[in-house]
Amino acid sequence: MNSAEIQAIYVMWLRHVKRFVRARSRLIANVIQPFFFLAFLGMGLRPINFPGLPSGLVYLDFLTPGMIAMSVIFSSMFAGLSVIWDRQFGFLKETLIAPVSRISIVIGKTLGGSTVALIQGIVILIAGMLLGARISIPGTIPAFIFMLLIAFFAVGLGLSIAVTLKDPDVFSLIMNLLMMPLIFLSTAFFPLESVSDWLRTIMYLNPLTYLVDGLRGFLIGSSSIPLVVDLSVALGLCASTTVLGAYMFSRSEA
Amino acid sequence: MGIVEARGLTRVYDGLVAVDHIDLDVEEGEIFGFLGPNGAGKTTTIKMLTTLLRPTEGEARICGYDVIRQPSQVRRVIGVVFQDPALDDRLTGWENLDFHARLYGLGKREREERIEEVLRLVDLSEWADELVENYSGGMRRRLEIARGLIHWPKVLFLDEPTLGLDVQTRRAIWEYILALNKREGVTVFLTTHYMEEADYLSHRVAIIDHGRILAVDEPRNLKDMIGGDVVIVGCSDPRPLAEELRRQSWVKGVEAHGGELSIYVDHGEKKIPEIIMVAERLGVSVDSVLLRKPTLEDVYLRFTGRRIREEAADAVEKMRNRAMRRWRR
Ligand SMILES: Nc1ncnc2c1ncn2[C@@H]1O[C@H](COP(=O)(O)OP(=O)(O)OP(=O)(O)O)[C@@H](O)[C@H]1O
Ligand SMILES: [Mg+2]
Repeated sequence: MNSAEIQAIYVMWLRHVKRFVRARSRLIANVIQPFFFLAFLGMGLRPINFPGLPSGLVYLDFLTPGMIAMSVIFSSMFAGLSVIWDRQFGFLKETLIAPVSRISIVIGKTLGGSTVALIQGIVILIAGMLLGARISIPGTIPAFIFMLLIAFFAVGLGLSIAVTLKDPDVFSLIMNLLMMPLIFLSTAFFPLESVSDWLRTIMYLNPLTYLVDGLRGFLIGSSSIPLVVDLSVALGLCASTTVLGAYMFSRSEA
Repeated sequence: MGIVEARGLTRVYDGLVAVDHIDLDVEEGEIFGFLGPNGAGKTTTIKMLTTLLRPTEGEARICGYDVIRQPSQVRRVIGVVFQDPALDDRLTGWENLDFHARLYGLGKREREERIEEVLRLVDLSEWADELVENYSGGMRRRLEIARGLIHWPKVLFLDEPTLGLDVQTRRAIWEYILALNKREGVTVFLTTHYMEEADYLSHRVAIIDHGRILAVDEPRNLKDMIGGDVVIVGCSDPRPLAEELRRQSWVKGVEAHGGELSIYVDHGEKKIPEIIMVAERLGVSVDSVLLRKPTLEDVYLRFTGRRIREEAADAVEKMRNRAMRRWRR
């Protein structure tokens, strides 16, 4: 990889981050929903003892990693939406016509989307801690890496969906109809152990379960599935959607 | 060999032949106008020449590089201003240019100097740090033209550069295009459906309709093809003058309407003195002389049998603007 490609990656990343920093309303909108869940659900359900909640932990501790994962997933997938906007506003052509490889462009976009997602995840983490969630401080370092894996997965998924679409509304619809239920059935809100057998089966089939569970394992030191399994699934998902996203994007016409 | 060369270039969109076996030879340094009505296939041609769209058939070369087999070499030597705006509204003018300069691998010093230079060329230096969302339509166009030039392209493609701009802004853009062609020595391939634009800017014009090139030549030669100019002479005694003129070999036709004669000739401006001389010889006094040049509109009419559909164009523009507004945040 030569310096021109590296510069292309850098400039794609830079643009994504700059646009994010300037769109403060978007940042607030993205962070506010998980924050409300944390504040109202976490605080409101504090006295309730869920079956499957590890001893010594309250619901807020359990919910915080879930909300971090949710905000990372959503914000990463919106990197896909930015491709649709770029197509809509014509800016996509400017990148497609540049004398750099499409792979570099995808890498830059992925890194940009992930950076933004990571920032939002950290904001939720801090919010959770301020509300009183007990987070393992040494666990935050591997948790950041795990958050990046989640982000890569979700950016790749977002890109793959986005390049097949022309209409931003359809993308939002997919997010609401597909991603919301997947998040609800991912242990983000309630433990695997607290649900009936058939629901648990569905949750085991949901790839997001492993991402949320793994993040929780690092952050509060307790996971329902062995961390090795979570990590392997995360790596597999991340690799496959990144390759898929890159492939789909490289074939797209302006 | 032309700097832009196409042979049998064709694009079919599910059954619709948008571009139909066109041949092109654009010479280095010229401004080449590609004139045609809506849906003629101008944008499709540009997209194929700039590697954004695969030709269904035929081939094209830019600076000798094949657009199908050597897309990245082609991309390096071309600058493109698309028909629809392609700027990032949320970035400043400078940042848009900087993004482009980095994508094209310019170093830091080079980048700064070149951005200054192209901004100056389109008189946008003072607006460099303003967000593009606050730019007017004309300023956006200028910024895009500046951006297309940053990496010293050999050929600059401009797809309807003045579409949707008011007359004054359009004139200003014309001057920028002439200036960059002259100062940067860049070859310009320009599409338009405005007759005056093609006429004023282009060294040579190709007329395209329904995906086919109907004629390629210098605007004046195209107009000469129409059968030359009309010289309208007002005089005291038209009849003997008309008779005498009809006998001249260089006169193609004479029509009399009241006290006026319409005289059809080639290169009218050179024939006016001869007409006056004939009149003097006959003792006819000439009161007024008017030279009417045929326009490209007449040429277009001749080749297609209809006027270029300007009204339809305006309708399309309105629709586009509405669509853009709908997507604005
Ligand atoms: N992506 C597409 N799919 C199907 N048909 C298309 C597509 N793009 C263009 N066409 C059709 O191809 C023909 C040529 O279109 P093109 O955009 O090249 O014309 P144009 O000369 O640029 O016109 P305009 O002045 O409207 O920009 C038109 O009939 C158009 O409807
Ligand atoms: Mg067009």
